[in-house]
Amino acid sequence: MARYITQRLIYMVITMFLIATLTFFLMKFLPGTPLSAADKLSDEQQAVVLEKYGLNDPVPVQYFNYMVNLAQGDLGISFQFDNREVTNIIMERIGPSMQLGFQAMVIGTIIGMLLGLVSAIYHNGIMDYTSTFLAVLGQSVPSFVFAGVLQFYIGVKFGWLPVALWEGWEYTILPTVSLAIFPIAIAARFMRTEMLEVMGSDYIVTARAKGVNKVGVVFKHGLRNALIPLITVLGPLAIGLMTGTLVIENIFAVPGIGEQFVKAINMNDYPIIMGTTLLIAFLFIFIILVIDLLYGVIDPRIRLAEGE
Amino acid sequence: MKKTNWLLLVLALVLSMFLAACSGGSDDTSNSTDDADSEETTDTEDTSGEDGEASGEQVLNIVDSAEIPTMDASLATDAVAFQWLGSTTDGLYRLGENAQPEPGIAKDHEVSEDGLTWTFNLREDAVWSNGDPVTANDFVYAWQRAVNPDTGSEYGPYMMGGVIKNAQAVVDGEVPVEELGVKADGDYTLVVELEKPVPYFESLTAFGTFLPLNKAFVEEKGEDYALEADALLSNGPFVLTEWSHGEGWTLEKNQDYWDAENVKLEKINVKVVKETSTAVNLYDTGEIDRTGLSAEFVDQYRTSDEFQIEEEPVLFYLKMNHENEVLGNVNARKAIQMVIDRQSMVDVILNNGSIPAVGHVPQNFTKHPETDEDFRELNGDLIETNVEQAQELWSKAKEELGQDSIELGYLGGDSEVAQNLDAYIKDQLEQLEGLTVKVQSVPFKERLQRDENMEYDIQNSGWGPDYIDPNTFLNMFITDGGNNKTGYSSEEYDGLIEKANNELAQEPVERFETFLEAEKILIQDDAVLAPLYQRASAQLWKPYVKGVIAQPMGPDYTYKYAYIEGK
Repeated sequence: MARYITQRLIYMVITMFLIATLTFFLMKFLPGTPLSAADKLSDEQQAVVLEKYGLNDPVPVQYFNYMVNLAQGDLGISFQFDNREVTNIIMERIGPSMQLGFQAMVIGTIIGMLLGLVSAIYHNGIMDYTSTFLAVLGQSVPSFVFAGVLQFYIGVKFGWLPVALWEGWEYTILPTVSLAIFPIAIAARFMRTEMLEVMGSDYIVTARAKGVNKVGVVFKHGLRNALIPLITVLGPLAIGLMTGTLVIENIFAVPGIGEQFVKAINMNDYPIIMGTTLLIAFLFIFIILVIDLLYGVIDPRIRLAEGE
Repeated sequence: MKKTNWLLLVLALVLSMFLAACSGGSDDTSNSTDDADSEETTDTEDTSGEDGEASGEQVLNIVDSAEIPTMDASLATDAVAFQWLGSTTDGLYRLGENAQPEPGIAKDHEVSEDGLTWTFNLREDAVWSNGDPVTANDFVYAWQRAVNPDTGSEYGPYMMGGVIKNAQAVVDGEVPVEELGVKADGDYTLVVELEKPVPYFESLTAFGTFLPLNKAFVEEKGEDYALEADALLSNGPFVLTEWSHGEGWTLEKNQDYWDAENVKLEKINVKVVKETSTAVNLYDTGEIDRTGLSAEFVDQYRTSDEFQIEEEPVLFYLKMNHENEVLGNVNARKAIQMVIDRQSMVDVILNNGSIPAVGHVPQNFTKHPETDEDFRELNGDLIETNVEQAQELWSKAKEELGQDSIELGYLGGDSEVAQNLDAYIKDQLEQLEGLTVKVQSVPFKERLQRDENMEYDIQNSGWGPDYIDPNTFLNMFITDGGNNKTGYSSEEYDGLIEKANNELAQEPVERFETFLEAEKILIQDDAVLAPLYQRASAQLWKPYVKGVIAQPMGPDYTYKYAYIEGK
């Protein structure tokens, strides 16, 4: 196990290096410069400012300098927020995004799994149809539509919850619910399909024949086997949610990282683009490792196979 | 039966959600009208209504569309930064009612006969929020820092180059920064030497780049200067007391401000909200006191008592590449100017109070020094819409060019509003027989780059003023001007702009009239550009907010005299 993890960690470092390199060079294809007053500055003045950021050096030199700094944990200074360290900016912004993403993920997974289970248990019944309908709805209607509806009715019309802003836990409820709709739909669909498949397996039929009731079979035997495909899907989805979604953050005025990332691209703020990409990439690789390890926990056969 | 009812209920609920979303929950990410490259907004409209008395809690709650990029005056380049720098710091002068400079740290000033030396007498009762007095040296330090190449300021060289003596030489590294034409004569006299007489220099001193800095404090903080609320000093009406990056910030009244008795607001809470629909919802629930409206909300709120249109001196126009064979023909350019129906464009497409542009100096921006008449009023409409005449000019151009069918590229923005606008203009231009317009929607940065390399035929451009003078709009199109990029070159036009800025620099009336003449050449005779519209913004203001002054340059608003009455 330890050898396996060590090996995976080495792969992680190599992957991160490749992503950093690729992103660095792709970023240089972005049109324009980081100068906000580019249309007002003469070429000479632009050169002076670019010199300050080290952007006058040849691209390979810039790349080398960046990688040396990166190896020392220095992500550089933001261009759009003068002199502010990228690490600090990311740290400030990642908190709200991760909180919302985590809440949405937990709620989404639990509710989605329950819906999927109910669907499977009451297959072809009204509960199944309703749950499937809700799942399709959740997957096909964009989250910003739900967000707009929730904000207008719950926030403005009824005044039950804050409309937007980020000033306490109650302010996270509406964005969390808006974000949770998609994972609910995904989890419900996968859970239903997998459970139906599992429920048709021989060992379930045997258990049922032995007189174990339906609900008992589902929770005792079915659930565990149905979880593996679900985890595979939910892992990357969790990263997508926790690293910030531009639209939801904008609608609820959440000071998250999703919006920051998009703005950095528009502003050619190279250090922030790099920093955020690397963070998201790291989370992805990390979560894939965790999922691989989880497979083993859920289904010991997988662990044994790896051990060989 | 029961089953059917249940399903119907769910269906009805879903449908109502969709409908509600369509009517209210817009996700338009921009409340600006286009891909403007200007950052200062404007206007001299006073939102306060009549004078009154402050009553109740003096707290203003507003939103801003973006995080403050920097509170370092030397590095600031955008409207948000200039807004909050202007609210917390007094320069030599600050803009008051009707954009007129009023005393800030300077009590008054004298100008030498040749217009080259300005001597500012500073007040002795102004202090920084750490108790240090505000002195002439604070200006010397700040201005030297802004042009020092090591600082990497974008606006320092731009605003001071060619204005303050030796500024350009310092930027180019030819002379040391100490040679910059700004000196302290004792603690409370500031002497500024200019490269040439600059008639608008007084209003320039109200601009963010010219604000003073406390040298000891800035150096003590080093790289951390202005990064957090506690790494900042104030000498203005408000102090930035809390700054939660990305989320919002709070300003409180500066009790040590030299003019504290005229500051009524105790607190300004600002939250960062990017979505217009979110800001409108917050406004409707009473969380905030002001919001901008994008076009789709305008009709909904137009009849409200709280609805206001704020006119801005920001212009949009079609820039034409004269190096293109077709656009090098003056009749073709005139046809393009004439064929566009601007009124329908502002009424239907923009729907935010913007007005048709009929010249290259906005209305309500500068006035004749003697008669006080508006520049726009004096020069009148330099273009009109006349499709028939446009067709004739176009035919003439085609004949001169020996071409029958013509294709022109059109460089436009990528935002939703810009794309609607560009589609409209394409439609209008294609009324010219034989003309095909190929629209390319690109991000703003890409457009700037193509403009720089003159890789376009026609493009949709915008410009906001850097100071209150016709020169900020008209000197753009002198031969080889940094922002010209049209290939236009006219000795006569260059001569007039040169004359206005040198020979006539101290003759305000003749100078103004020279600019009137120049604008006629630019738009009417040479048809260098096709003016489109002058921007305005639609807003909602709570009626209990009084005394806010909208500004044409620098900070969008002056909150120094704002107060709450009868909330």
